[in-house]
Amino acid sequence: MPTRTTSTGVKVWQLRDRNGQLIRWALWMATAIIFYVSWMKISDQTTWFFVYDAPRVAADIGGRAWPPRWEYITQLGRPIWDTLNIATLGTIFALIMAVPIAFLAARNTSPTFPLPRFVTRILKAMTGRTMTSYNVIRPFALLIIVSSRSINSLIWALLLVSIVGPGVFAGLIAISIRSIGFCAKLLYEAIEEIDENQVEAISATGASGWQVMVYGIVPQILAAFAGIAVFRWDINIRESTVLGLVGAGGIGLQLQSSLNTLAWPQVSLILFVILIAVIIGEWVSAKVRAAII
Amino acid sequence: MSSVALEDRVGKRWRKPHFITNPMLRWTLLIGGTLYLIAAFASLEVNWPRVYEGLERGWRFIVGFANPDFVSRAIDIREGMIESVIMTVTSTIVGVAISIPVALGAASNIAPLPIYLVCRFIISISRALNEIIVAILFVAIFGFGPLAGFLTLSFATIGFLAKLLAEDIEDMNKSQAEAVRSTGSSWLQWVNFGVQPQVMPRLIGLSIYRLDINFRESAVLGLVGAGGIGATLNTAFDRYEFDTVAAILLLIIITVMALEYISGIIRARVQ
Repeated sequence: MPTRTTSTGVKVWQLRDRNGQLIRWALWMATAIIFYVSWMKISDQTTWFFVYDAPRVAADIGGRAWPPRWEYITQLGRPIWDTLNIATLGTIFALIMAVPIAFLAARNTSPTFPLPRFVTRILKAMTGRTMTSYNVIRPFALLIIVSSRSINSLIWALLLVSIVGPGVFAGLIAISIRSIGFCAKLLYEAIEEIDENQVEAISATGASGWQVMVYGIVPQILAAFAGIAVFRWDINIRESTVLGLVGAGGIGLQLQSSLNTLAWPQVSLILFVILIAVIIGEWVSAKVRAAII
Repeated sequence: MSSVALEDRVGKRWRKPHFITNPMLRWTLLIGGTLYLIAAFASLEVNWPRVYEGLERGWRFIVGFANPDFVSRAIDIREGMIESVIMTVTSTIVGVAISIPVALGAASNIAPLPIYLVCRFIISISRALNEIIVAILFVAIFGFGPLAGFLTLSFATIGFLAKLLAEDIEDMNKSQAEAVRSTGSSWLQWVNFGVQPQVMPRLIGLSIYRLDINFRESAVLGLVGAGGIGATLNTAFDRYEFDTVAAILLLIIITVMALEYISGIIRARVQ
C-alpha cells in the first residue's frame, strides 16, 4: 500500500505510489497545455467586442423573436409534410439498400469463395493459418458502411444539391445515403448474433439457400430490424429539419429564408414547430420500440 | 400442444405466424402505410431534366474521388482541419468538465429533487436542440468563427455525456459508497472515493466517444459560419471543385476511422 511520511514522521495512506502520481500529473499537465494552446487559437480568431456585446444582442434577438408570428403556421404545412416525407421515404430507401449490404457484411452470411490450393499453401507458409476460402465482398460492404457513416447528412445534402439540384429529392437521397451505414451496421451485428441451431434445423429439412434465409435467419432478426428502422426514423426526423439550410427541402428552407430576412418572429415559430416534431417523433419511436420489445 | 389442437392441425398446411398478431392493427397499419406512401410519392416533385443534367457533375465527383486534389487548396484545408481539431478538443474538455456536476445533479440517488429537476431540464434542452440550430443561434449572438462552434459542441456534449453518466451513477454499487461514508468522510470525499472510482471507466469511454462525435459534427458547423473544415468544404462545393471536396471528405473519413479505432482500443482497455 503506497504511503507517504509527513514531516512529523507519521505514515499517511496515499491512493497511488509516486510513479502513478507523476504519470497522472503529467497527463493533466499535457491536457492543460493542449487546452490553453487551443483556446488561444480560438481566442485569436474571435472578435471579443462582439462577445462582450453578446448579452445585449441575445436579449435583442429574444425581444424581436417574441411573440412568435403564429399566423405564419399556415405556410408551414407543406414544409412539414416535405420534412416528414424526407425522413420516412429516406428511411425506407435506406433500409432497402441496407438489408443486402448487411447480409454481405455479416460474417456468417457473407458469401465466401474457395481459394486455389497453392494460395492456401502460400498463406499457410506465411501466416501459419489454414485458409481455404476468402471473403471477397465483406471488405467492400464494410467500406460502404464506414463511408456512409462518417459523413454527416448535411454534407451529403450539400453534395446532392449540387448534383441533382435543390429540392426534396436531394434531401431524400442524402438522408438515405447517410442512413445506409447506420442501419446496415446495426443489422449485420444482429445477423452475426443469431442462433445457428435454428439455421441448421431449417437446412436439415432440405431447404434451399433462400428458404433458409426466409425461415431460418429472417424471423430471428425481424424484431431487431423493426427496432432499427424506427430508431433511425426518429434520428432522420431530427436531421431532415435542418437539411433545408443547404437547399435540400423541408422546413429548414423556411428557417433559412426567415433567418436571411431577419424575420425573428418566424424563426421562433419554426424552431417551436421543429421542437414539437422532434418530440412527437421521439414519442412514436419509443412507443413502437416498447411494443416490439 | 394438447391433442385436440394437434388433431385440428393434422393435414393442414403450416403457415408462418404474422409479425403483428392482431389482424385489426395489421390491416390498419398496412392500408394506412400504403395510403401514406401513395400521398408521399405523389407530392414528391423531381425535376428529372435537372437530375439528368447533374449526372455529369455526379460523375465528376466520383472521378474526383479517384484522384483527390490535396495540393491546390492545401493552406485552406490545413487551416480548416486545425480549426476543427481545436474546436473538437476544447469543446470536449469543457463539455466533460461541465457535464460531471450536471450528471451528479441528474442522478436521482445523489441529488435532492429540486437540483435533480434543474439538471434533467438542462439535459433535455441540450438533447432536443439540433447542433446546427444551436450553431445558427450562437453565430447570431457571438459572431462568426470557431468560438460559436466551440460553444455549440460544448453545449451538445453536456446533454449527451451528463445523461449517460447520470444513468451510470444511478446504477452504481451502493455498499461501496456507503462504506466510504461510514468512515466519516465529507460529501466531496464521498464523491471522490465512493462514487468516482465506480464511474471512471464509463466516463473515460464516453468522453472518448464524444470526442469522436464532436469531430464529425465540427465538420458541418462551418456550413453556418461556426468555423472548422465545413467552411472550406462549403466553398469547394460552391465552386464545383469536386477534387478538393473529395480530398476534404477523404481526410474526414480517415480521421473519423482513426479516432474510432483509437477510441475502440481505449474503451476496451478501461472497461
